[in-house]
Amino acid sequence: MAVAFDEMNGPGGDLRPAYQELSRWLDETPPEALEYRRQEAELLFRRIGITFAVYGDSEAQERLIPFDVIPRIMSGKEWTILEKGLKQRVRALNMFLRDIYHGRDILRANIIPEDLIFQNDVFRPEMNGQSVPHDVYVHIAGIDIVRTDPNHFIVLEDNARTPSGVSYMLENREIMMRLFPDLFARHRVAPVERYPDALLSTLRSVAPNSASSEPTVALLTPGVYNSAYYEHSFLADKLGIELVEGRDLIVKNDEVFMRTTEGLKRVDVIYRRLDDDFLDPLTFRPDSVLGVPGLMSAYAAGNITLANAVGTGISDDKAIYSYMPEIVKFYLSEEPILKNVQTWRCREPKDLSYVLDNLSDLVVKEVHGSGGYGMLIGPAATKATIEAFRDKLKREPEGFIAQPTLALSTCPTCTASGLAPRHVDLRPFVLTGSQTTTIVPGGLTRVALKEGSLVVNSSQGGGTKDTWILDE
Amino acid sequence: MLSRTAENLYWLARSVERAEYIARTIDATLRVTALPAAYIGKTNEWESALLTAGVSASFHENYQEATEANVVEYLSFSTANPSSIKNCIENARLNARSVRTALTSEMWDTINGAWLELQEVWSKGTASREELAKFLRFVQETSLRFDGSAYRTMLRNDAYWFSRLGLHLERADNTARILDVKYHVLLPEEEHVGGPLDYYQWTSILRSVSALTAYHWVYRETLKPWLIADLLILNDTLPRSLASCYGNLVRNLDQIGVAYGRQGPSQRHARGIRNRLEHSNMDDIFQHGVHEFIQEFLADNSRLGEIITRQYLI
Repeated sequence: MAVAFDEMNGPGGDLRPAYQELSRWLDETPPEALEYRRQEAELLFRRIGITFAVYGDSEAQERLIPFDVIPRIMSGKEWTILEKGLKQRVRALNMFLRDIYHGRDILRANIIPEDLIFQNDVFRPEMNGQSVPHDVYVHIAGIDIVRTDPNHFIVLEDNARTPSGVSYMLENREIMMRLFPDLFARHRVAPVERYPDALLSTLRSVAPNSASSEPTVALLTPGVYNSAYYEHSFLADKLGIELVEGRDLIVKNDEVFMRTTEGLKRVDVIYRRLDDDFLDPLTFRPDSVLGVPGLMSAYAAGNITLANAVGTGISDDKAIYSYMPEIVKFYLSEEPILKNVQTWRCREPKDLSYVLDNLSDLVVKEVHGSGGYGMLIGPAATKATIEAFRDKLKREPEGFIAQPTLALSTCPTCTASGLAPRHVDLRPFVLTGSQTTTIVPGGLTRVALKEGSLVVNSSQGGGTKDTWILDE
Repeated sequence: MLSRTAENLYWLARSVERAEYIARTIDATLRVTALPAAYIGKTNEWESALLTAGVSASFHENYQEATEANVVEYLSFSTANPSSIKNCIENARLNARSVRTALTSEMWDTINGAWLELQEVWSKGTASREELAKFLRFVQETSLRFDGSAYRTMLRNDAYWFSRLGLHLERADNTARILDVKYHVLLPEEEHVGGPLDYYQWTSILRSVSALTAYHWVYRETLKPWLIADLLILNDTLPRSLASCYGNLVRNLDQIGVAYGRQGPSQRHARGIRNRLEHSNMDDIFQHGVHEFIQEFLADNSRLGEIITRQYLI
């Protein structure tokens, strides 16, 4: 694997301009001072209760995501390009979804094979012909971006269902500002604190026609045992909206109400952090106790807006991902600004045979997997694991895609033996409302804390960093 | 507000109050059992601690004998006991997590901080009397901090009122329970069969509701059992008295009624109980029978809980 691009010490070891001030500061700051503030940060996180749960790990039901105090910095110029690319991508995702559930021009144009849509578990026939306010399906998108050189941004994954992590973006900034006021004074960092406001106006802008002029928005959570519960309560608090569980809601005459101490109150927009499958036991999984019986009929009647819409999974599916460049071109007649990772679709015999021949160099992912589970990282895997994957691939090729192992960019990070480069990615959050698309400058930077590791997922030992966009 | 949020706030306050009460009960029992047998007689004080905690029956399903070790374990740490201090704190934290948005950061910090701190106690237990005392003090301090931060930082709206309802309902229940278990040592002199032994029982009762000093300020007298009963039942200057709890319950329910523009069965029921307390005097109560009076009160109090639940929380 090629040497990774380091975002501080660029190719050839030249300090990149955005990092100049930080580098100077690091030289002036003794390592003990850094270590002391790192411990302080950890204490703050634990006190505030910013934890997440790892499924299948009863020992540590509530864990902290490790926080690295060294910020990741991008110039305003870099951000402008990224922002443009993100807007383009999310616009295309929304147009694709509208098309898939209505006219299906893209299928007739033979750009995407039909069976990839219709035989896909995340395709929702319930959404056929169903209109959604302002044709917005993906109100909140989290697009995972990686870099391998200074000149390109590459999309690793689109998250168009219920992307999480934005609370870390906000809390990381709060904690950094508390711990390093001096460092902020030496930079012009674009603020992120307007995200909750932007999210609330986005949600209110897509209220159904039958809503009053002051639509009521609620955040639907699966409950305290969900791994992202902290974020749900954090966001509800910042937005000033009710944090509801399925049992707090009731559907009457195709309208949705919440049970309050003063009786029933109508809800117009639900920011749901619950998967499609669990939303309504009458439509989807009958065993779901987390959902609201009748929700889908209120949705069909146009009396409630769900954000994100039902059925968006078909747009961020890993099998569809490989068609994203074509999707952007088809709907927007523009060249995609953000690149895709080269992807071999194992369902196609030619691609499969290439993948099988090169397993030890590739990353193989389950089409429906997420969170870094169930994937093979060829270069890091043992022979036995590779052989096990080979069998899986032969048995069910359509369940997998493969990608080259990317030399993800690195950023300086605190480690046991001092500052060292660690691989990072970035998840910016794109908000799409009736009229405007908003991206708060920055996002969640995830960092693989283990030396050489490329897996940044929090469930697999990844950490986070504050992300600074310099306002120039 | 969401009914579930109100419910969580109500139970959060109840759990914290209960944890404190159990800690006080253990504390008071430790003191009285440390006395030589000649001062307290032959009663098993640990048995009566179980009774005042209302868990005697379930205890005996799990243990043979009400020894200090068994009772302390059951009241403090047992997961089989729904109102052990441990379960109260765990419940409080769970409720607090469910309604984080309705809590001030100070309240959350108190509960979450205590919960984090106690994880070690849960896993190791308390090895000595000293550690136990430290643990009991910590639980009481947590309740004080929680109550104090609610009082000082919460908006005075329905969230606050529902949490106060939980607190006062639980408090009334606890005070009534002590009276129920100990009423026989509180009877007026002429009917009294005990003797000087009871003196230590009386201080123990006052201690478990933190009213020993208050007694002397209010009555400027040596300990008289009927005055103790008067203090705990009718004296509305004592925050843990039944009268004071009902003054607060009526006040908070009225505030909810005004804010919502509607009164209901819980306002009526609470007012009924308060009026009865206001118009009673100890002579009547002794005449009628303390035991009967308390039994009736306990039933009325738990009925208020049910009515509040039906009217607001589901």
